[in-house]
Amino acid sequence: MSNTIPILEVRDLHATVAGKEILKGISLTVRAGEVHAIMGPNGSGKSTFTHIVAGNPAFTVTSGQVLYKGKDLLTMSVDVRAKEGVFLGFQYPVEVPGVRTAQFLRTALNAIRTYRGQPEIEFKAFTQFLKEKSALVEMNQAMINRSVNEGFSGGEKKRNEILQMAILEPALTLLDEPDSGLDIDSLKIVANGVTQLRKPDNAIVLVTHYQRLLNYITPDFVHVLIDGRIVKSGRRELALELEAKGYEGFKKLTAAPA
Amino acid sequence: MTTTPKDILSKEYKWGFSTDVEADVAPKGLNEEIVRFISHKKQEPEWMLEWRLKAYRHWLTLKNEEPTWANVSYYHIDYQDVVYYAAPRKPGDGPKSLEEINPEVMEAFNKLGIPLGEQKRLAGIAVDAVFDSVSVATTYKETLEKQGIIFCSFSEALQKHPDLVKKYMGSVVPYTDNFFASLNAAVFSDGSFAYIPKGVRCPMELMTYFRINQADTGQFERTLIVAEEGSYVSYLEGCTAPTRKKHQLHAAVVELVALDGAEIKYSTLQNWYPGDVDGNGGVYNFVTKRGKAMKNSKISWTQVETGSAITWKYPSVILQGDNSIGEFYSVALVNNRQQADTGTKMIHMGKNTRSTIISKGISAGRGNQTYRGLVRVMPGAENARNYTQCDSLLIGEKCGAHTVPYIEVRNPTAQVEHEASTSKISDDQLFYVMQRGIAAEDAKFMIINGFCREIFKELPLEFAVEATQLLKVSLEGAVG
Repeated sequence: MSNTIPILEVRDLHATVAGKEILKGISLTVRAGEVHAIMGPNGSGKSTFTHIVAGNPAFTVTSGQVLYKGKDLLTMSVDVRAKEGVFLGFQYPVEVPGVRTAQFLRTALNAIRTYRGQPEIEFKAFTQFLKEKSALVEMNQAMINRSVNEGFSGGEKKRNEILQMAILEPALTLLDEPDSGLDIDSLKIVANGVTQLRKPDNAIVLVTHYQRLLNYITPDFVHVLIDGRIVKSGRRELALELEAKGYEGFKKLTAAPA
Repeated sequence: MTTTPKDILSKEYKWGFSTDVEADVAPKGLNEEIVRFISHKKQEPEWMLEWRLKAYRHWLTLKNEEPTWANVSYYHIDYQDVVYYAAPRKPGDGPKSLEEINPEVMEAFNKLGIPLGEQKRLAGIAVDAVFDSVSVATTYKETLEKQGIIFCSFSEALQKHPDLVKKYMGSVVPYTDNFFASLNAAVFSDGSFAYIPKGVRCPMELMTYFRINQADTGQFERTLIVAEEGSYVSYLEGCTAPTRKKHQLHAAVVELVALDGAEIKYSTLQNWYPGDVDGNGGVYNFVTKRGKAMKNSKISWTQVETGSAITWKYPSVILQGDNSIGEFYSVALVNNRQQADTGTKMIHMGKNTRSTIISKGISAGRGNQTYRGLVRVMPGAENARNYTQCDSLLIGEKCGAHTVPYIEVRNPTAQVEHEASTSKISDDQLFYVMQRGIAAEDAKFMIINGFCREIFKELPLEFAVEATQLLKVSLEGAVG
């Protein structure tokens, strides 16, 4: 255990949506350089967890704490969390008609840089930067000139999320099912992109149903989330055990939370 | 244009200053004497006065025909309580050089970002500056004259090019056209005139900037643009007015004539004073704009309407010649108590005529707006095509958006398409954009801007930048 402040520290987090309790006491510590995979069946609260950390107002935190680099994340607005370095890769990226991807990303990057007291990036320098980063997820110029996610295929949308992660260089990335709806080629592109963005000073929390993704992005820790609780945590091997047994084998653990 | 956060946060209408300038002002009210007074002030030819008087007499017969079909409501306008002529006083008779322009007026245009002085004038844009009832200056006139292009005030055109004016004036919007067009024909004071000779591509944008300054004054300008065969011109129009407690009347007429193979692109940024949050003051903007497109010609209207308490405006195209093209691209925004009833008319007469209508309406606060558009295909218009798209964006719970399309097809070969949508900024969209580090208000502007992009890309670059800023300022307080 290192003595440095964790990037993310979640303590007994409870949350509801429309009055229904979705998270029933989650605790999780994520340190710099780590990749954590959260696995679980549909409706277990995996996506909700990532959205709550990012600040989606659709969910209500009823108790618990979320600290980011020791700071209380729950009191920050959505954009301030992003400016502090929290990034959410969406399972269903949203279309923003009429706003070009390049312009969108430059605006976002400059908002973040301004917040950090850095000068805004010039148009030319940004164009070059964007070009380099798009190569990472094999996105071409035509896609970057299109409106954000408008008319993108499922795979293109997911690649666009990783591109945005590459541009904004967050300290904490939450990836909500980056593999859903992808064919094997797209999956490799996305996974390869994420792996290249893995750095000693950042951390990644990825949510997935399937072990398959973890063949490409090797996690340091795996957590099994069932019915709003983490029922078991372990190393890489846990994912393989999960694949062998299925979630059924873990469901009995929900009765007696750790 | 650069805007600082401070500008954006100030909820004032920033063009709301008024200029203290000595002016020649006609007494309030309307009668034949006033019509004669205006004509005399402008030293007009006799035929012009006759035309005005005919228009005035016709308008009198319309007394009870002020249009009531538009989806706007306002107290009855007392046409006898309006000043029909106001001109900033200047040393000589007529502005012969910039030195003779009243310095306060020059300063007013500087403040508006439209410097007129030789050294500071806008690059690549020739400007005709209209202050209350008169044109005070036109830049780049000599440069344009070398190519035979005439760009001057309407008054000057009447003096120097009376035959051209006589030939085309009223040929698209006759003085009998409608209540406000008749009123304008009787009392119009100034405006711009542009003439592009055969085959000439106008090398710069032509722009008229209209400024209402005097209190209780109506502005009745008249613009006439004639593009000869195979010529091209891009024309811009901008307008602002001081913050005044009482409503001000603006009833303009614009006529465009695109002869065979010509192209006219007409862009408007309408930013008249919209009134305050409670609907006090603001300009009543009742405007008739129409173009006549001859064979193989094209007329394109692009408008960004953010100002005025009431907007009543339908820039239209009569597609008279075969293969002619008409376009209407519009962003109309209403906030607070603003009301807008705007749209277009595309009248297909020639064969293979095509028209495109793209209308984007943004309603915020207690604003209310209606898209009203007519597509008429006449019996002779073989293979006419029209595509119409009307999108409305609602911001908040107390605003309104309405779409009233009229489609009249009298030729079975016509293809007319109409699409309409109404939307709100979704929570998902907002969360997504904010998650990338963009603050709530900026995120909303970004989404709204995206909504308008199809229209903004039709504008010349400088205008597109200004349109974006205008939208931002006009929506201030509505998207916080």
